[in-house]
Amino acid sequence: MMSKNDGEIRFGNPAELHGTKVQIPYLTTEKNSFKRMDDEDKQQETQSPTMSPLASPPSSPPHYQRVPLSHGYSKLRSSAEQMHPAPYEARQPLVQPEGSSSGGPGTKPLRHQASLIRSFSVERELQDNSSYPDEPWRITEEQREYYVNQFRSLQPDPSSFISGSVAKNFFTKSKLSIPELSYIWELSDADCDGALTLPEFCAAFHLIVARKNGYPLPEGLPPTLQPEYLQAAFPKPKWDCQLFDSYSESLPANQQPRDLNRMEKTSVKDMADLPVPTQDVTSDDKQALKSTINEALSKDVSEDPATKSGLLPPPPALPPRPCPSQSEQVSEAELLPQLSRAPSQAVESSPAKKDVPYSQPPSKPIRRKFRPENQATENQEPSTAASGPASAATMKPHPTVQKQSSKQKKAIQTAIRKNKEANAVLARLNSELQQQLKEVHQERIALENQLEQLRPVTVL
Amino acid sequence: MAVCIAVIAKENYPLYIRSTPTENELKFHYMVHTSLDVVDEKISAMGKALVDQRELYLGLLYPTEDYKVYGYVTNSKVKFVMVVDSSNTALRDNEIRSMFRKLHNSYTDVMCNPFYNPGDRIQSRWALLPVSASSPGGPYFLCPIQSRWALLLCPIQSRAFDNMVTSMMIQVC
Repeated sequence: MMSKNDGEIRFGNPAELHGTKVQIPYLTTEKNSFKRMDDEDKQQETQSPTMSPLASPPSSPPHYQRVPLSHGYSKLRSSAEQMHPAPYEARQPLVQPEGSSSGGPGTKPLRHQASLIRSFSVERELQDNSSYPDEPWRITEEQREYYVNQFRSLQPDPSSFISGSVAKNFFTKSKLSIPELSYIWELSDADCDGALTLPEFCAAFHLIVARKNGYPLPEGLPPTLQPEYLQAAFPKPKWDCQLFDSYSESLPANQQPRDLNRMEKTSVKDMADLPVPTQDVTSDDKQALKSTINEALSKDVSEDPATKSGLLPPPPALPPRPCPSQSEQVSEAELLPQLSRAPSQAVESSPAKKDVPYSQPPSKPIRRKFRPENQATENQEPSTAASGPASAATMKPHPTVQKQSSKQKKAIQTAIRKNKEANAVLARLNSELQQQLKEVHQERIALENQLEQLRPVTVL
Repeated sequence: MAVCIAVIAKENYPLYIRSTPTENELKFHYMVHTSLDVVDEKISAMGKALVDQRELYLGLLYPTEDYKVYGYVTNSKVKFVMVVDSSNTALRDNEIRSMFRKLHNSYTDVMCNPFYNPGDRIQSRWALLPVSASSPGGPYFLCPIQSRWALLLCPIQSRAFDNMVTSMMIQVC
């Protein structure tokens, strides 16, 4: 039972967060406090059985072969497979209708966490056991969440649109060929204005993910990807209340600051150490990737947009749940250095960029600090068994200073524990990322050689 | 209906050429190439003072015994050249104008695609390379700036543009 719950939570939550590894320990200890969005949790739970995730994702080597791009990460995948239940997997039922593929999720072990390049976590295996012929082009709720989050990371205002150059840099990270990307753009940009609104972006993203999984591109935009259909099927207001919009007074938003406040209380020093090393790695990775991509494509796109795109929230390996990745909340509190709780995975997920939109919210959570404290400690109580009667005493919402301090202490202790776990996970992730960095460097060198060979022919 | 449609870049190299497959494509390439001189002449004839008022549609560039060649220039000096059959007398000037306008709209849609570099060839399903095996050493070897399009630029695939041109070759639109 417990394992199933864990599995479910792992399924849901890590997917939400960038750093899946980080999330796992958090989830087990803070299940109850982590109630970000009740509806999302429910959603996850309802979907998890069908996804049949991650409890024990069996590896399926044959599936890897289908996705040639994953060669660089196959090692990581196999090693990480058992460690990190593919919460990621849940994320990518791309073409999965909810009911299908009972065996599917199991076959898609998500190893992708450390995918430097892709938020698309393309290594997902396509499930061709879709029961509906047009199912590949139907966006599931999970995918929708992910796409919307990515959109928000590029453009905070969901009703606005992403400019062509920004979208181009983002989609270029998917490592599809330029003709394919231009064709996808042609399909998805229905009004041909050179910018992508949210439905258009979701359609484009979905097409890219489908293409990465081996589906041929359609002749025309499928009806389920039409902007009108997408807007009707997935009403936006639901997402407006999501984490990212911390100005909202909705429940999730309240819970986020609560979590945030709790984290704020934790010793700042603990937090400060962790993210920095990984952050360095991430920025290096970003740069390496960017340069590799630029060279590979032989594009004369100026380096400026490329480097800027490196700041963009890059394809987190896992489609992050729009959840309050606690790390994100923390980052707000701790400001820039903290970011990388989340990005442990997605190296690129330019935490720096994420901080920018989140830099405003910190004032609110801080204001609410004292009020939700009680609630925060309440949330913590269930998770910390040791608190016992003491916690019961503190459960009463008296905003007295003494009670607050005891709650603070407990909060700090819990946070310290969590941080230590996170530290271990991050250190491991760091080593994996370093490995990937080396691989990418090698790729870059190979590409540079190729470029040199081609250069004489290109002299004009 | 058009027999051959060509999009020429500002530097007078072809971005897109497509002719009806049954014909001798080399001949059309040559016709389009020679028409570029006429286009330049018409542009310069307008005078510098009138450059703002210059109309985009240039009209009949020159007639041959079999074909008529029409021209159209955008404000960014991208030229559209259309070759129509002379025997098709039903074609009127307005229809040609509307065809050019549609072509211009399709071209702007191609430009809006961020993956398209201005100056790249526009990929067509039917005519992959203007100077491909079908017309070896086509007329564009005469063009001094022809090398740019020859090899390496990554052409984008624009099926919408292609479909528009296909429809123009089938019927008057």
